[in-house]
Amino acid sequence: MIEVKNIVKQFGEQTVLKGVSTRFEAGMTNLIIGQSGSGKTVFLKSLLGIHTPDSGTISFDGRIYSELSNDEKRALRTEIGMVFQGSALFDSMTVEENIGFPLKMFSNKTPKEIKERVDFVIDRVHLVNAHHKRPSEISGGMQKRVAIARAIVNNPKYLFCDEPNSGLDPKTAIVIDNLIQEITQEYNITTVINTHDMNSVMEIGEKIVFLKNGLLEWEGSNKEIFKTDNEAVTDFVYSSELFKRVRKMYLEDDVK
Amino acid sequence: MLKEIFNKPTKWSVMKQLILKEVDDLIIGSLGIVAFISFFVGGVVAIQTALNLTNPLIPKYLIGFATRQSVVLEFAPTFISIIMAGKMGSFITSSIGTMRVTEQIDALEVMGVNSLNYLVFPKIIALLLYPFVIGLSMFLGVFGGWLAAVYGGFTTSFEFTTGIQTEFIPFHIAYAFIKTFVFALLLATIPSFHGYYMKGGALEVGQASTVSFVWTSVVIILMNFILTQLLLS
Repeated sequence: MIEVKNIVKQFGEQTVLKGVSTRFEAGMTNLIIGQSGSGKTVFLKSLLGIHTPDSGTISFDGRIYSELSNDEKRALRTEIGMVFQGSALFDSMTVEENIGFPLKMFSNKTPKEIKERVDFVIDRVHLVNAHHKRPSEISGGMQKRVAIARAIVNNPKYLFCDEPNSGLDPKTAIVIDNLIQEITQEYNITTVINTHDMNSVMEIGEKIVFLKNGLLEWEGSNKEIFKTDNEAVTDFVYSSELFKRVRKMYLEDDVK
Repeated sequence: MLKEIFNKPTKWSVMKQLILKEVDDLIIGSLGIVAFISFFVGGVVAIQTALNLTNPLIPKYLIGFATRQSVVLEFAPTFISIIMAGKMGSFITSSIGTMRVTEQIDALEVMGVNSLNYLVFPKIIALLLYPFVIGLSMFLGVFGGWLAAVYGGFTTSFEFTTGIQTEFIPFHIAYAFIKTFVFALLLATIPSFHGYYMKGGALEVGQASTVSFVWTSVVIILMNFILTQLLLS
């Protein structure tokens, strides 16, 4: 579980996060949504420790990040898996080497044990015929699977995903969403996803945090987002005619 | 940056492979171009010296002497290093810069890897072998000079080798290698700095490589001046 208390982050004169507090439970897919410039990326990077908040605290199962020593921070980071927007796979390594990298760096496993674990996660994310290929030789969807495999190979307690569906076709995007949700539940991971994809919001948003102008405007589940009358949320989520109709149908079904 | 490079070292089994890869990329990969340039520049130095020795009172062994002095004292350590600032330096800046813009460095940091140690330390260690490159450059430069001078009909082999041995000061070799060590450190760190701390996209990677080459060259020239003053004056 990740608990965020009143975090503020400024860049020069501009305050990007103006005191955000929320809680991300384990075993749930938690989504951060909001318009461009609302502070989502800064929020996610603050959770990851890439940005240091000016005030407020972020605690990982009771461990307050800002109070940890550098060694403790590095140890905590080994419990974190991250799927970057552009996958961030290491160009110089094969798919197999990319996935085995965290194990090679932080575990005492033998090369044989590493190979077994890598093969297991490759199967788990349904990657086929990609072991010895380089990232540039595989498709965007496969790169995302490799990124997910690398993120989960070391059994992380926390999984962060930045726009995991960007650049993917709708069908692959749903496969990736479902994969993330399955893994979250299977390994009881605290998963936090930064997304713009409204399909993801509807499909896997067990908890949704909506940011607006650096403030937490609304939070709830994908069921509750259909019913909310928060104007900022409805303006953002139901900006397309299609989603307006989906919402209308959902509410009519709910009344029946 | 320098403190962080040596802080929290990467696991030795991983580091060993990284060092070998950097030796292959930076040292072995540079041997061909260094050998080619040194051989022909050595030859040109010898020919130019021979063509300028028009006074019959000046002994021909000066061709060997001038070639040795030019190649050992300046051409091999300094000018090969400037060429390497272009070759190795731009490779280092662009490879680290590309890792920065594609979030690969963020990925390392998020995993808990000390990215500066992981990326820069193996380059520094690999470049400890840089003096071997310069040693090869010295040998091939003088050898190229000998071939050009002797087979070009400018002098005899005996006179050229006499020139090479004339007023030989062993400290000049030490001076050249002291400079080489300093330049190796500059070649590893300045381009890494420009790659690691760059911001932007593909265009900025190209700009960072250019800026890195300019700064590495400028610092090499300045350090060359300072070290020459300190060691030879």
